[in-house]
Amino acid sequence: MKAAFKELTRYKSAVVGLFILAFLVALAVYAVITIPYGEAIRLWRGSEAMWRYNPRTAAPAWIDYLTPKRLLRTVILGPDDAQKEVEVLSERTRRVLITYQLDYKADVFPTELAVVFKSVYEKKPPRVEVIWKTPDGREFSFGRQIPSAQVHWYTVSQDKDLITSLHGPPEKVLFQDPSDPDRPLKGLHTIIIKAYVFEPKADIDAEVVVYGTVYGIAGTDHLRRDIGVALLWGAPIALAFGLGASFGITISSIIFAAIGAWFSGFVDGLVQRLTEIRMVIPTLPILIMVGLFYSKSIWVILAVLIVLNLIESSVKTYRAMFLQEKRAPYIEAARSYGAGHLRIVFRYLIPRVIPWLIPGFVLAVPAYVFLEASLSVLGLGDPVLPTWGKLLSDAFGHGALYHGYYYWVLEPAFLLMVTGFGFTLIGYTMDKIFNPKLREI
Amino acid sequence: MEPILKVEDLRLYFRTTKGIVQAVDGVSFELAPRTAMVIVGESGCGKSSLAKAILRLLPRNTHTYSGKVFLDGMDVMELSDEQFRREVRWKKISYVAQAAMNSLNPVIKVGNQVAEPLFVHGKFTKEEALNRVVEAFQIVGVPVDFVDRYPFELSGGMRQRVVIAMALITNPRLVILDEPTSALDVLTQANIMNSLKRIREDFELTYILITHDISTSSELALDAMVMYAGQIVELGKAGHFYLEPLHPYSQKLMASVPTLREDKELEFIPGQPPSLINPPTGCRFAPRCPRRFSACEQEPPMVEYKDGRKIKCHLYA
Repeated sequence: MKAAFKELTRYKSAVVGLFILAFLVALAVYAVITIPYGEAIRLWRGSEAMWRYNPRTAAPAWIDYLTPKRLLRTVILGPDDAQKEVEVLSERTRRVLITYQLDYKADVFPTELAVVFKSVYEKKPPRVEVIWKTPDGREFSFGRQIPSAQVHWYTVSQDKDLITSLHGPPEKVLFQDPSDPDRPLKGLHTIIIKAYVFEPKADIDAEVVVYGTVYGIAGTDHLRRDIGVALLWGAPIALAFGLGASFGITISSIIFAAIGAWFSGFVDGLVQRLTEIRMVIPTLPILIMVGLFYSKSIWVILAVLIVLNLIESSVKTYRAMFLQEKRAPYIEAARSYGAGHLRIVFRYLIPRVIPWLIPGFVLAVPAYVFLEASLSVLGLGDPVLPTWGKLLSDAFGHGALYHGYYYWVLEPAFLLMVTGFGFTLIGYTMDKIFNPKLREI
Repeated sequence: MEPILKVEDLRLYFRTTKGIVQAVDGVSFELAPRTAMVIVGESGCGKSSLAKAILRLLPRNTHTYSGKVFLDGMDVMELSDEQFRREVRWKKISYVAQAAMNSLNPVIKVGNQVAEPLFVHGKFTKEEALNRVVEAFQIVGVPVDFVDRYPFELSGGMRQRVVIAMALITNPRLVILDEPTSALDVLTQANIMNSLKRIREDFELTYILITHDISTSSELALDAMVMYAGQIVELGKAGHFYLEPLHPYSQKLMASVPTLREDKELEFIPGQPPSLINPPTGCRFAPRCPRRFSACEQEPPMVEYKDGRKIKCHLYA
């Protein structure tokens, strides 16, 4: 085994493949350690509140380095960035002025604006108002309201009155250059939250959220979720599904082939007929039916896939090898010293075909990784887990390419292709090493 | 003395597309403990099939398998296949297969390979088994550090010894050696024959040695059996057979063996051994026999010669 590995590293293609595999395994281990299974499901399936500070369908942040325009990362101005003044107006009433400074440098408009009011009160909520001063001195006053909860989101971009009065979406009008409405004005914005509190212990803080156009290393999707989470968690799932399916199917096929070839007669006939029946049953429609009527859980699909392929067409190939091998003198010698059927099948016959089995096993992995992605794209992916296929499915469902969200499609597609590429490189090199007919001297 | 092996009317026929091959046709003999019987004959005369019939190593196309085989007085033909596997193979009889050099599994280290019968037949820990293997290696003369080698790393003679070690590992009383030295050089042959002789004496074993190498086998033989076309034609003490063969076939066979001191013309037997599919009626050797006469049309009886030998020939009737 060690020698085989050393031999493998002699081939450049295998080294590249091994690097890819190591990268994927590292990614998978990192994902499982940093985001436990339950946490991953919670992040992916949790309500939108979890991702509320993220922009929608934002491209990855590194896009910024590839475009001449300066893109905008989300800016969140919190209490630490603010100056807070409290003025006592009467015995009960106080006026709170929270002033923020926003130095706007991007060449694009923000995608959304929101203000989060976090107030403390017992009975009477405070009254709030937002005053926005642009760099060129224009002043807008809006959002006069009484927060309905201790933590209240005021989505400026969706304030209909404001949109009407500004004749356009606030995130655009507030930031545009009056002389060139298509370009944002760079400079210092001042945002003042003016609030009145009516209880002795009452207080208020606020956060101003200016949603950007880029986010993180992988961007976000239509539900503001970080695509990075799905890319990261897609790795262990893809590996588990691909390796699990490939391992289970290869091992079971070889066992059936060996048993059939060894016992011959009725058993062999049965295995062969079952193989032929299995060969005409299409896998995908059955998996689709299972997905539609029973369960979309990726583990159920994996189990069904393995059971469906217990006797796979490769049984035929392995059987041919076993038929040759069972006539070898050492097998007869083993019979003469009384080795039982099971011993002969598992200890003598099966180990003989392992050199052919390993490359086949490795080469089959990407096929099953792609199968999982295909099922997801068909809408039969596990609804709970983030996977690469699920990302593609979401992207497809929300017109990612039509809207120009290329990253949303390209990132999972790239990882899928890299996975396939890595396993293929290793598999074909292994074939070269293990298959005596292809061996280079 | 109670015979260790007694075979009565053993028959093994194979089914082929051309017809039924009568590979072993009504063979009966007895074998006393601590002897060595050599079975000689031309290729295809049924020697190996006889060994396989005794060990019940039957191919798929077996047509008839009948007769009685008594091992230590027990009729093993009554046993089921599973009982036979557990109680007879390697416990009572072990077998050194023809082309023993290929009888080693190429992917298992020879040490483990030799230990296999122990694991199959008894509860041995890995350590106990390995100790036994080391002992066996010492007995047959294989360096002990070879246990961790694979078969391809061994020379032909060493592989042969390993196979013999495997046959001895479970302490059987009867060992069937099917051409154990056929593919080896003469020095190695002599070496192995000497080892076999020493082992037989040290461990009071009984051998059945199947060979067509008559001169080498004389080294080991105490009893001799000559087979022709699936039948025994001569059976008796080796001393008698080697010095004075009686059956015309045995005589011809011996005449074909070169000797050192005499200046003799090597003879051969004209013609081919008969096809075992529909063999000739009467004496099967008759078509090639220089001394045939009218009675040879009839099946010859098994007659006992004065020195105790059994001959299947009308000449001695």
